[in-house]
Amino acid sequence: MLSEFAFVGVLVIFATMLPVAGLAVAWLIRPKKPNPIKQSTYECGIKTRGETWVQFRACYYVFALLFVVFDVEAAFLLPWAVAYQQLALYAVIEAIIFVAILALALIYAWRKGALRWI
Amino acid sequence: MEALIQWLVMTFPPLSEGLARFIVYVLYSAVLAFVAPVIIVVAYTYMERKVLARIQDRIGPNRAGPLGIFQGFADAIKMLTKEDVTPASADRIVFNLAPILATIAAILVFAVLPVAPGVIGADLQAGILYVVAIGALSEVAALMAGWSSNNKFALLGTFRAVAQLIAYEIPIVLAILAVVVATGSMQMSAIVAAQDIPFAVVLPVAFLIFLIASIAEIGRCPFDLLEAESEIVAGFHVEYSGMKFAFFFIGEYMHLFASAGVATTLFLGGWRGPFAGPDSLLGVLLGFVYFVIKTTAIIWVMMWVRGTLFRIRIDHLLDFAWKFLVPLGLILLVTVAIALKLPVLSTFVLRWVALLVANVMTALLMVIAVVALARRSRSAALREVAGIEY
Repeated sequence: MLSEFAFVGVLVIFATMLPVAGLAVAWLIRPKKPNPIKQSTYECGIKTRGETWVQFRACYYVFALLFVVFDVEAAFLLPWAVAYQQLALYAVIEAIIFVAILALALIYAWRKGALRWI
Repeated sequence: MEALIQWLVMTFPPLSEGLARFIVYVLYSAVLAFVAPVIIVVAYTYMERKVLARIQDRIGPNRAGPLGIFQGFADAIKMLTKEDVTPASADRIVFNLAPILATIAAILVFAVLPVAPGVIGADLQAGILYVVAIGALSEVAALMAGWSSNNKFALLGTFRAVAQLIAYEIPIVLAILAVVVATGSMQMSAIVAAQDIPFAVVLPVAFLIFLIASIAEIGRCPFDLLEAESEIVAGFHVEYSGMKFAFFFIGEYMHLFASAGVATTLFLGGWRGPFAGPDSLLGVLLGFVYFVIKTTAIIWVMMWVRGTLFRIRIDHLLDFAWKFLVPLGLILLVTVAIALKLPVLSTFVLRWVALLVANVMTALLMVIAVVALARRSRSAALREVAGIEY
């Protein structure tokens, strides 16, 4: 089964060559005149103050966490979906219960205000 | 692919099968990695500018060559010769790697697209899962770009970009799940083979969810808050100029074509059409033509949507994903699963009719729910603000 990915391996090598070749051609052709004003950080004309790499707010983490939950759910539902046509109705009911539990999780997060982007 | 390899082995006796396979893979990879990006970017940037211009009642590029068809090449030359201003305080390695990764991620999706009958790079058994996984790779590129720029605008843009991209990945996976349930396999060629009736007719709600979520995944208007010039000054690629910026651009258009290609394969029947089949060379070429036509039609619809709708605010965007598309996707999955297991499905036609009825019922249910909730919240707001009983 690993041999299925042989083409992907070859494509990765070629796909890496394209941007590297493009950037190399650009490096040969483009002008190079750096000066400190040009290379300062862009902030609409004024000088930036303070560190940029600060701690970021917790709401981003909550969205990422919710994404992980639903992504894992989808990852579990994929084999079920592939084997669906050989399964009995009982397996469908089980999957519906699984989806319902996770839908409850979404409703809980919704009511708790976790889905608000502040 | 297999047919071509067998033909090579038969025509040139000194070639072993492994070597023939290697040669075919290298040739097809070279076409996908070097020829396809150039053609796609040049053709579709020109098409986009012309389509948007006509929607906005103007002409579009018409200077660079007859009817402006060399505009793409002119843009490429411009990008190549621009100076690459790197901020002095940026993280160099990650800063340089981000556009490379964005382009690689966009090109890798083409490996599983069945562009013609029998022509598919790698007919993976988990083809559609591979597509979803590579889509996640482009999010990493966006994160790398914004974080390494050492710029507060870029950082904010990155956070919003990642929040948007992960929010819209779930509806895509749920729509794909509906298709996999109807097909019984994740292999792209099996999905194309199962579409005697295109799934866009049978699973319209899944098709709409996939289209809308794809437009959001690519980062196009109406979901292009991440890179909107007037909103966040080009978002996570504000510090990029020259060829590196061009590679983000190329990555976006490749991603556009790849998403439209996946939508064509999953919902419009891929390369299927009259007289297209793997038996003759004419059939293969016709299949390729049908694939390109269908993909271009989907891209045209995406450009049409871009020219018509306004940009959506970040919190509305995320609400739309988490509070509408994800519940809709889950309800769709449940109804499709129940509809396909009903004992009434003795014939082939009734199966697809049951799916269609399930989809329409799901759509009606969601519309009624949204209208009722909106009416309730609007009357609550009116009551609070002006004392009006609505």
